[in-house]
Amino acid sequence: MISKDDVQYIAHLARIHLAPEEIDGLTNDLEAILHYINKLEKVSIDNIEPTSHVLALHNVSRQDSVQPSLNREDVMNFAATQKNGSFSVPQVIES
Amino acid sequence: MNLHHFTAHQALEKISTKQTSAKDILAALGKKIAETDSTINAYVRISETPVCPSSEASQKASQEASQKASPSQTNQLPYPVPIAIKDNICIRGHETTCSSRILKGFIAPYDATVVERLQKAGVPIHGQTNMDEFAFGSSTETSCYGPSRNPWNPDCVPGGSSGGSAAAVGAHEAIWALGSDTGGSIRQPASFCGVVGMKPTYGRVSRYGLLAFASSLDQIGPITKDVADAALLMNIIAGYDPRDSTSADIPVPDYTRSLIKDIKGLKIGIPKEYFMEGIDPEVNQAVQEALQILKNSGATIRDVSLPHTEYCVATYYIVATAEASSNLARYDGVQYGSRHYPAQPRRNALIDMYEETRTQGFGKEAKRRIMLGTYALSSGYYDAYYLRGQKVRTLIKSDFENVFCDCDALITPTSPTTAFRIGEKMNDPLAMYLSDILTISANLSGIPAISVPCGFSKAGLPIGLQIMTKAFDEETLFRVAYTYEQNTEWHKQKAPLA
Repeated sequence: MISKDDVQYIAHLARIHLAPEEIDGLTNDLEAILHYINKLEKVSIDNIEPTSHVLALHNVSRQDSVQPSLNREDVMNFAATQKNGSFSVPQVIES
Repeated sequence: MNLHHFTAHQALEKISTKQTSAKDILAALGKKIAETDSTINAYVRISETPVCPSSEASQKASQEASQKASPSQTNQLPYPVPIAIKDNICIRGHETTCSSRILKGFIAPYDATVVERLQKAGVPIHGQTNMDEFAFGSSTETSCYGPSRNPWNPDCVPGGSSGGSAAAVGAHEAIWALGSDTGGSIRQPASFCGVVGMKPTYGRVSRYGLLAFASSLDQIGPITKDVADAALLMNIIAGYDPRDSTSADIPVPDYTRSLIKDIKGLKIGIPKEYFMEGIDPEVNQAVQEALQILKNSGATIRDVSLPHTEYCVATYYIVATAEASSNLARYDGVQYGSRHYPAQPRRNALIDMYEETRTQGFGKEAKRRIMLGTYALSSGYYDAYYLRGQKVRTLIKSDFENVFCDCDALITPTSPTTAFRIGEKMNDPLAMYLSDILTISANLSGIPAISVPCGFSKAGLPIGLQIMTKAFDEETLFRVAYTYEQNTEWHKQKAPLA
């Protein structure tokens, strides 16, 4: 049902690197869990609306008023690396 | 009676009559933690200086308020009774990690709304409790700080994911505590540790500052020694918060007014699907005896059916993991948390950094759930899994709406078994997921639910009774729970390590 290639592809989407020895175990785990989840195929869902949320809330809006935000230095303190007050990541565009 | 054995309402009474102080209670808890937490491992961090207005100031405020207050104003009182909170609730200036390596060293830049409310009520926060990594688990074994242990038998798990909070209260290393519940993470550990655990209606308590697992299911709630304390704590933490757009703008009653030992005329439903094969006979026996007590207290008991119960776990593990994979995408080594690079380049520098950071930062179960959720949301599988899951969720929610037309409350076991042994289910994720089979439906449908102690197995492990009511009817929930509790002595039993 789920192949090792699927598992590697999903890992790439999720930005997780799997060592070759991890792939077998994870494939088996996901296979067993998906097999269990597939019991939902037995449920008739024709004309049933999906529930993404249990409250009777629709769009929640507020006045767009100016309010204090978090202190910039406090927030930037947690960045692994920063440059000129911005988050810094490895270079991906050649200069 | 030792100070650490107090319930919060007992402590409050002793403080207001000057028989003790928050400072003395903190000292007693500190001593107790020093004695037993090397065994229990309930705490990940103890505050040298509890997060609060000074204890003297809050004591004074409490005295003044209690002199002025009429009983109807009890929800306005300051409560200088120390509390422990789960390691996924932000406290400004304090490390908050969700018991995950990826957040080690993260110092929260703001307070969660519940923390602000605790501070306003004068409640000192004296420690942060262990949990399954990102609340992914039912045993507190997936924590990067190692497993917590059950105060009734340290070879057993305390349940999870709020296992640290439940074990701390069960071991009397805390007077009361906060947990969070996405699929049973407050109620199941409360059941395993012989304490009270309550999940409020979705939207009742603000999630602002709670590190998100599954945003449509998560709720913060109390873990306490008795029902009265749970009502007191709900008075403090419940209420509308504009910073959580899913917070409900509905008035909050004084829950202590629901502490009524009378359920005459209430209709209590017994959902037959919750008493299926796989329920431990000792658990079933204890719940049947509890039903008899509720019947003798004047409730009408009737059999009801929630026909889609069989599909709750499968639905949950689609919806919850899909939301989790999305919520955890933020842990990428850029804005916060640790950052790692592979020893050898693999793709390009940025993707390599993302992957290595997440690979080293997340534990095995977190990776498994992120993978499952990513799969359920991925192109080609979205309709078959995520959309189907959301539609079945509608049916599960309708089941509850139907039974609550004709019932005031539902009674079930909280967990099919008592606490299992450490390591027993770690290599079988599906068996672990199924331990939440009786609690998940309340999260999927948004309704409130509580677990109260209702007996012990022959091996001496606690059993929990689950009560559920319709959305925003915490008052009936507390009334049934209180009536049951006040007719029994289970909540007064102390664990060997207490």
